[in-house]
Amino acid sequence: MVIANSINLSDKAQWVWRETLAIHRRAPETRIASSLSSIEIFVALYYGGILEFDPKEPFWDMRDRCVISKGHGSICMYPILAELGYFPRSELQRVCQTGSFLGGIPDPVIPGYETINGSLGHGLGVATGMALGLRRKKHPRSVFVVCGDGEMHEGANWEAIMFATQHGLDNLHLIVDDNKTAMLDYTDNIISNQDLAARLEAFGWQTVRCDGHDPDALQNVLAQMKSTNSGQPKALLASTIKGRGVPGLENQPLAHILNPKRELLDSLLGDSGND
Amino acid sequence: MIKPRAMRDALLENIWHAMDSNEKIFFVSADFGSPVLDRIRSDHPDRFVNVGVAEQNLINVSAGLALEGFQVFAYAIAPFITMRCFEQIRVSLALLSEVRQMNVNLIGVGAGYSYVMSGPTHQCYEDITLMRSLPNFQIFSPADHKVAGSLFQRCVDQSGPKYLRLDAQVLPAIYEDDAPSMERGFHVHQAGDTTCVMATGYMLHTALEIAASFRQQGIELGVIDLFDLARFNQADLIAVLRKYTHLVSMEEGFHGRGGMDSLLFELIARHDLDLRMLNLGIDGKYRFELGSRVELHEKAGIGPVAAAKRISAFLER
Repeated sequence: MVIANSINLSDKAQWVWRETLAIHRRAPETRIASSLSSIEIFVALYYGGILEFDPKEPFWDMRDRCVISKGHGSICMYPILAELGYFPRSELQRVCQTGSFLGGIPDPVIPGYETINGSLGHGLGVATGMALGLRRKKHPRSVFVVCGDGEMHEGANWEAIMFATQHGLDNLHLIVDDNKTAMLDYTDNIISNQDLAARLEAFGWQTVRCDGHDPDALQNVLAQMKSTNSGQPKALLASTIKGRGVPGLENQPLAHILNPKRELLDSLLGDSGND
Repeated sequence: MIKPRAMRDALLENIWHAMDSNEKIFFVSADFGSPVLDRIRSDHPDRFVNVGVAEQNLINVSAGLALEGFQVFAYAIAPFITMRCFEQIRVSLALLSEVRQMNVNLIGVGAGYSYVMSGPTHQCYEDITLMRSLPNFQIFSPADHKVAGSLFQRCVDQSGPKYLRLDAQVLPAIYEDDAPSMERGFHVHQAGDTTCVMATGYMLHTALEIAASFRQQGIELGVIDLFDLARFNQADLIAVLRKYTHLVSMEEGFHGRGGMDSLLFELIARHDLDLRMLNLGIDGKYRFELGSRVELHEKAGIGPVAAAKRISAFLER
């Protein structure tokens, strides 16, 4: 299933933003700030016609593989997967509750997730193995990986980056949610990723940067990336804002571990949440 | 008499033969070779890959290939394939295989002191403990190339992650005819009077040597090869152990730190077996001295002389 172009991606992203905040209001255990920076990336992938998938058959062989390595920062995937039909929407009411499969860090017990996530720096390597497997099977589908920028500090990523270049895995697409903030500080104050594009290019990757909060731009760039097969793996650095749209989280180096107050969430959502 | 042979050659030869007809087999090496591996990479370049000196990526790439339906054999030196990348093993093999079907077989070469001259970085005394801690993992510790070779069929027949702990040295064959039953997971080499020696890997050779010397003194030691350290037939093993009053464990790994000895303690405690136990393994110390494997074993307390003395003292208690 590929969603047609008739969907207004900005409207969809706004809806996902609201749904994500509402989930966090019900389940404050979820990490909200990093889930707000990746919304438009996932909207472009799932609603922008980039990924092939079948919600009724999550492991359909002809799907594109989407590995969501930044586990905590993908709570925004819950409303997306529910709306697409991977699981009933009623599950969104039970996030982080006893008996729910929707936890604070998503794992492949959730239909639509491929791998174990959240322990950072594992997704790209596993995705690289999947890309190699697809290539050796002469399988036409692609692999997409969504990582955080802080996650790029993990050395295992760079083993995978070198490997993907060596094997010309142009069916592999890395999307970095570049919100420039890890857990305790801005990445510039820890290990800066300012020259991440140059580093990836020096390692033999094609890179492109775009506004990670413009879903139409993301859609265009991702479509172009997917259709370009020049023997190089590809990376999109999506410039994003951690905690986007929530006063007190935006531009706050500790945004990862902060929870907005209930009153603020009520006012942002325009209701009291007693639904 | 069967010619001595490296365990990895026996296993890799079976993999190489099977790759002709089984297109699902994929072999991944972390820049580690063998003469048989040369045949695999020249005959099947599309299903062989060398990830380089990068064990974390060895595990991740193997996991990704397994998710795409390949039966993966990942190959490296034992301490590196278990310890350098332990969290990759935990997350993308042990944990992921809880929810997704995947067949990844980690072949670690260099059990115990088998890289004699390379020192403690290349020797491996902690891996049984570590791999035992992971649910969903099968663990095999063969004592000769016959068992190592026969593990191949188990690896392709049963899904899930597995760890194969192979010796780096060419050892004499213990199993002259057929390899023992894989289903049972252990093999009784000889029955004893009151005392049974349970050995795994290389230590089976030492155990049999000690049993032969005890026989000359009129003492029959039972000797059991425990080559499956995770899914051996517990009921069968307990039935065998009930005949004894004394049990000696012999492993080429640290003792008292969660290895095969712990496995036996747990078994004995759970089933109320009335057994005295002596654990022979490497004492908790890293050694930089050089010497033959037997010399190193004697220093560590598990050589034929040192172990025989400790078993004699144990029997007199």
